[in-house]
Amino acid sequence: MGASGDLGRVNYEELGLKVGLEIHRQLDTFKLFSPVPSDLSDEVDFTFERRLRPTMSELGEIDPAALEEFKKGRKYIYEGNYKLTDLVYMDEEPPRGPDREALEVTLQIGYLLNAKPVDEVHFMRKIVIDGSNVSGFQRTAIVAVNGKVDTPWGSVGIPTVCLEEDACRIVERREREVIYRIDRLGIPLVEISTTPDIHHPEQAKVVAKYIGDALRATRKVKRGLGTIRQDLNVSIKGGARVEIKGVQELDMIPLIIEREVERQLNLLKIRDELKKRGVKPEDIKEEFYDVTDVFQNTGSKIIARTIKNGGKVLAVRLPKFRGLIGKEIQPGRRLGTEMADRAKKYVRGIFHIDELPNYGIIQEEVNAVIEKLGLGEEDAFVLVAAEEETAKNALREVIKRAKEAIEGVPEETRRALPDGNTQYMRPLPGKARMYPETDIPSIFLPPEEKERIKANLPELPQERIERYIREYRIDRSLAETLVNDERDELFEELVEKGVKPSLAASILVVVLKGLKKEVPIENVTDEHIREAFELYLEGKIAKEAFEEIFKELALHPEKTAKQVAEEKGLTLLSEEEVERIIDEVIQQNIEVIKAKGMGAMGMIMGRAMAKLRGRADGKLVSSLVRKKIQKIAG
Amino acid sequence: MKRKVDEFMERHGLGVGDLVRVVKREGDERVTFEGLVMPPYELSPGETLTIKLDNGYNIGVLIDAIESIEILEKAKEAPKMEFREVLPRKEGLPSVTILGTGGTIASRIDYKTGAVHAAFTAEELAKAVPEIFDIANITPKLLFNIMSEDMKPEYWKRIAHETAKALNSGEDGVVIAHGTDTMGYTAAALSFMLRNLTKPVVLVGSQRSSDRPSSDAAMNLICATRMAVSDVAEVMVVMHGETSDTYCLAHRGTKVRKMHTSRRDTFRSINDIPIAKVWTDGKIEYLRDDYRKRGEGEVEVDDRFEEKVAILKIYPGVTGELLEFLVDRGYKGVVIEGTGLGHTPNDMIPAIERAVENGVAVCMTSQCLYGRVNLNVYSTGRRLLKAGVIPCEDMLPETAYVKLGWVLGHTDDLEEVGRMMLTNYAGEITPYTKYNTYLI
Repeated sequence: MGASGDLGRVNYEELGLKVGLEIHRQLDTFKLFSPVPSDLSDEVDFTFERRLRPTMSELGEIDPAALEEFKKGRKYIYEGNYKLTDLVYMDEEPPRGPDREALEVTLQIGYLLNAKPVDEVHFMRKIVIDGSNVSGFQRTAIVAVNGKVDTPWGSVGIPTVCLEEDACRIVERREREVIYRIDRLGIPLVEISTTPDIHHPEQAKVVAKYIGDALRATRKVKRGLGTIRQDLNVSIKGGARVEIKGVQELDMIPLIIEREVERQLNLLKIRDELKKRGVKPEDIKEEFYDVTDVFQNTGSKIIARTIKNGGKVLAVRLPKFRGLIGKEIQPGRRLGTEMADRAKKYVRGIFHIDELPNYGIIQEEVNAVIEKLGLGEEDAFVLVAAEEETAKNALREVIKRAKEAIEGVPEETRRALPDGNTQYMRPLPGKARMYPETDIPSIFLPPEEKERIKANLPELPQERIERYIREYRIDRSLAETLVNDERDELFEELVEKGVKPSLAASILVVVLKGLKKEVPIENVTDEHIREAFELYLEGKIAKEAFEEIFKELALHPEKTAKQVAEEKGLTLLSEEEVERIIDEVIQQNIEVIKAKGMGAMGMIMGRAMAKLRGRADGKLVSSLVRKKIQKIAG
Repeated sequence: MKRKVDEFMERHGLGVGDLVRVVKREGDERVTFEGLVMPPYELSPGETLTIKLDNGYNIGVLIDAIESIEILEKAKEAPKMEFREVLPRKEGLPSVTILGTGGTIASRIDYKTGAVHAAFTAEELAKAVPEIFDIANITPKLLFNIMSEDMKPEYWKRIAHETAKALNSGEDGVVIAHGTDTMGYTAAALSFMLRNLTKPVVLVGSQRSSDRPSSDAAMNLICATRMAVSDVAEVMVVMHGETSDTYCLAHRGTKVRKMHTSRRDTFRSINDIPIAKVWTDGKIEYLRDDYRKRGEGEVEVDDRFEEKVAILKIYPGVTGELLEFLVDRGYKGVVIEGTGLGHTPNDMIPAIERAVENGVAVCMTSQCLYGRVNLNVYSTGRRLLKAGVIPCEDMLPETAYVKLGWVLGHTDDLEEVGRMMLTNYAGEITPYTKYNTYLI
């Protein structure tokens, strides 16, 4: 199996594939611990800075690395907006709440996932000292336990449904400080995790879809970019648990899992080959060779510039690695790419023997490095051009990754890339340190309260689709798209207001989707759409005008539908005005009408509609034209 | 009455930290939990048993729904932690005693049970806030452990004596860790009780508990220690200067007040500018040069104090009744928090006259907090003066209360009380009202 990936035939059961999901979704309520609106804004009214000090455990221990990091003076700068945060989230006031609606929605989600609510909810403080939580901990609570999702491949457990607070948004990471925007902090987040009982890539998608449906059923989840975060935990027999973060689209889940399986299988092959060649981790030495002189007259612009600026070219030996650094492990990604990802903390890139000569580096230079390092036929090198200490740090990362390659697959957290591949992010997090949030009294959930919620569960998306077909007599495909694209709530609202279901559905689905290719349709808000339909219901625009209005709004979302309709001349004309325009058309074509009588109807209609499209109801035009021609034709 | 949870734990022989398996009913189904038994929350109704699951989360299980409980493993005796009370001295560093009065400036968290323990031995402090041990040789001493709101005059006296003892035995400064609610009162009390002060006395606290990474405790303590080895021989409050973890302010003990229920920068100087801005790295920016300088000589404690003193707030509708009550109960002094320039309703004046006739000292401050009282502007004020009210200039009501208790500890002669109340002992009165002392 190569990069081409004929994975369709892979027997995942034999490979021992295990996948677990962790899904986070923002709730569309007030913030969790004080009634601040859950909105984001780029308007910054004020900033403040804080430091986070590692805390002492029961044994009087402080993580020495964390303390060292603190002493170096890492600062966190928070950007705030007066309206979208308050003292609670600035860690200047004890928490209130939690938001009762958020708690109730989480209970609904629990029931929809066949879970059982706990009897009493206890919020905990989960220590997080990267600054993303101003307090230095995230508040989180288990709301329901023991859920499950049934799939054709078997049942998958949902051990916990948690309610927690979202963290700050990162704006910029600098050497000694990190800048965060605080508006996102405190938005309620439902966290659903599954057991690692998913054994097929497609099964993962089915489970994620089921969970997603339960979330959407509540109609209280946020939509759009960044409101949903899906993480995958993937491992195969002999491989390692790899956590993949930031999977945006449901459809990508199987591909990402397939690619991760492919990666782990290829890394295991590399390991086997290295074993065969007889290399051990301790054979890779932290020895840096200064090969700057080899590149004095190099054609590589990057290296030449580094040398000119006083930097050095350093190399390390990777014994027995020749041919393996360049081995593809995911389409377009090699072991060398993984080494480069690790080194990225320090340098923009590395050069390895398997890809050279290239990038302006010529064979003679490669040979000179081989000679200088005394490399045998199977040995490899990696080069870094940078300031000396930086280059050493980068190469230390390369060495670390090379040693891991001898052991197999490293456990790590990886980031999902848009093409389905993944990229190194950081080591797997350790076990969370948690202790009770004593500022929030525990919340007792009386049995009768649970019963009430259970008896009033919202309709699941599948049921909703069937109801639309039945009640509104719209196409199955329209109904499905409305629900799956989360336009259903708006759809029902429009129908409630008196829009014909077929029209509402076709505008929301056909028209908006059709425009997707031309304009950034995501800029058109529900508010825009509501407004346009109101104009229509008031008889101010024709249904033909929607397309034009949404197109303009997509490009200029700051405008209102009414503004656009007026600017573009899309408002409907009064009957007198329509009649006047039709009279004009008739006068211009009076000879033809006289000659052809009703036979001129099509042509006159065409000319009239050319002037009136979007500004008059077609039926009205047609009846007026007919009446007038009949009169002339006598 | 015994709570259900206490009764349940007793009946099943459950101890905190025991690993248990609990089976409970949920509708027609059964749910099983495995985890550690947690102590029931104080004052909770006690209908649930709290279990810490293996993933670190706590949940509550309704006791009435529990079908069975099985102890899988009894809790192990926690290893008793011993920390050294004193650490070896470092040559060439000044010496600072830190007196603990309650609350925590450092704490240890047991992530297994969630318990937070105060940490006050030298060794624990050195681990939690190692920076202060680079500033001075630190001797921590826990005086008592009370909530700030339970503070009372007898404790002020003990703090004053312990402080003087430390300073007179050669310490270069004293830091007093104190709950923030009544820190301003204690600062004022020490300002009057510690006479001939020749070294710094610094009160410090925190607005965010020390168990959290964002706590202000460590930074405040470092800055307090910096001020304790500084040149300022006054009683000061050192706390965050702004919401950011940038600098602290050193406030004069008689002119400082807690002005916000929860913010880190809650302590503000009122009617005066702070003494200094101080940074953790040792930088001190003095905002004034009229502070008392470090010097030689024994510190004396003058702790005579009359506890029968009260504060009375004026509001529309108030009558003389409250004051009458105080007089009848044998109170010796009352600080009135008057309206505006220092007023009470006119129909309260007879009660004030009666109080003064009974030998009760009646002092006037303003509920505006900012600004100076002046009883000469309106006729009400003039009537109050005539009734024998002592106008307390720009003193904070709380400071005036503490001062009146201290003054009455020395004399009950109202004329002498009036003279002493208007004598500036510890920077509690400024001679004239500067423009740059409002809302800073």
